[in-house]
Amino acid sequence: MQRSSLNLNVLWPWALILVLLILFPFLLPRFYTYILAVIFVTALLAMSLNIVVGHGGLFQFHHGVFYGVGAYAFALLLMKTGLPMWLCFIVSPFIAAAVGFVIGWFCVRLTSLYFAMLQISLGSLIWAIAFRWYDLTHGDDGLHGVPIPDWISSTTGSYYFILLFVVLCLIGMYIIHRSPFGTTMQAIRDNPARCSAVGINVKRHQLTAIVIATFFAGVAGVLFVVLEHSVFPDLLFWVLSLEIFIMCLLGGWFTFAGPILGAAITVALRTFVGIYTEYWTLILGVLLILLIFFLPEGVMGFIGDKLVSRKR
Amino acid sequence: MILFVVCSGLSFVLGVLRVPNIAHGSLYMIGAFSAYSITKLVTGPAGFWLALILAPLVVALVSLVAERALFCHLYQREHLMLLLFTFALSLILGDLVKIVWGAEYKSIMAPEVFNGSVSLLGASIPRYNFFLLLVGPLVAVALWLFTNKTKMGKIARAAAVDREMVGAVGINVSWVFAFAFVLGCFLAGLGGALVAPTVSITLGMDHNLIIEAFLIVTIGGLGNMWGAMVGSLIFGLTQAFGVLFWPQFAIVFPYMAVVIVLIWRPTGMLKSVW
Repeated sequence: MQRSSLNLNVLWPWALILVLLILFPFLLPRFYTYILAVIFVTALLAMSLNIVVGHGGLFQFHHGVFYGVGAYAFALLLMKTGLPMWLCFIVSPFIAAAVGFVIGWFCVRLTSLYFAMLQISLGSLIWAIAFRWYDLTHGDDGLHGVPIPDWISSTTGSYYFILLFVVLCLIGMYIIHRSPFGTTMQAIRDNPARCSAVGINVKRHQLTAIVIATFFAGVAGVLFVVLEHSVFPDLLFWVLSLEIFIMCLLGGWFTFAGPILGAAITVALRTFVGIYTEYWTLILGVLLILLIFFLPEGVMGFIGDKLVSRKR
Repeated sequence: MILFVVCSGLSFVLGVLRVPNIAHGSLYMIGAFSAYSITKLVTGPAGFWLALILAPLVVALVSLVAERALFCHLYQREHLMLLLFTFALSLILGDLVKIVWGAEYKSIMAPEVFNGSVSLLGASIPRYNFFLLLVGPLVAVALWLFTNKTKMGKIARAAAVDREMVGAVGINVSWVFAFAFVLGCFLAGLGGALVAPTVSITLGMDHNLIIEAFLIVTIGGLGNMWGAMVGSLIFGLTQAFGVLFWPQFAIVFPYMAVVIVLIWRPTGMLKSVW
């Protein structure tokens, strides 16, 4: 479409933001650097969910599981096997994607709410196992003190490490989003019956999308471990999954960059409102209700609408 | 059986309103907490019985306010939005509970009548559990009588099938929906009050329960009350089985059962209204 001619104009703000983000650790106190890193990880997670939900139209209700699996795989590989760090880093997202393939393989046979329910039950199965298998996962205590190499264990080091990989993943997602595959996914979201009528294998496309999304969720999980040096079963619990879902909706789930914004808003709320009061979920709930009533397209969708109407 | 009481409420709301109500778990929690408060105010066995009646009414009141103020404007929206709305509601209710009752563990005692145990078919069951075994079917029968034999129940079922037609014959559908919602939430509160003496009442109890309740309702058949019963039985029995044979992984078994049922019969054991 006309996007290619606008390419340079679109690219400039992003490049500027990137430069700012690289400079931030020099300008801001350590605490803010840490918060930004949390936002990056969460944003990547929300973006990976959006591949399936926003662009694929599937009710991926238990996306947190793959995030948790990636994190657990990375932590366990580092602690138990003594493989080099970079190898664990590469293998863990693939483990998450493999789990995604198995779960997705069962789930794509069903539709809408039943899809969601089967996924929740399979995800809860994994959560229950991680929660109870004390010998391997230390149950609800989680794993602490994961040995991360020195050069990325400081706040600034992990910040740059995470920034690098999040940017790489986002570029990868953008390419997928723009590719014929990405367009096909959106077509399937809008009209699955017609897509299968013109000879697209709907189920296989959906499964592929799930595997891609779970791979990126696994990367996010690994980055989480790099940042926090620990994992715990809450990463696999369904409340987290719904929170990610909300981030997508908050930012605007039909837009590409919306989930980043949603993740930033949610993390910022949790951090800064959390300083003043312990009731930050109350505020999140109220915000969400306002959103449902007034901005059903999300913040990004709303801004997009405004821009379009101004151009006209 | 407590699972059944809660799930029948959830299933009822699903069946009539087509709303997957995540806030159901929070209402269940409010039921348990208000049962605690009532037994604190009125001591002795009378307090417990009073709690069984009043706590669900408190919950019903909360849900009525939520329904009339916010929910009733949203019925026409897509399911996903409703789902997220109820999740937002559950976040708010969860924090309200924290504000009102604090974050400490609470517990209440069942009246003395329930001390000791009954022997049934050679096995000895604590008396309170026996009482729960009686309440479950009682609720089921009452709910069945209500939906099938009373005028209100028939209207509710009709409204579930064709909202506009029911409105066209001069019935205020909005209030029928409100009533159905409140009834479902009443059952959540009843479940909360019933469970209160057997567990410690804490803030996380809503999250643990609601996901189980949803799975139960789904494997039973969405919106089907008897399905909720079948689902509760499957869930409860597999859990008991797990505790008996492999206690460490007891919570894994019910999820396994749910997965098997969903793969084998994706739309649930019994007929679903969806």
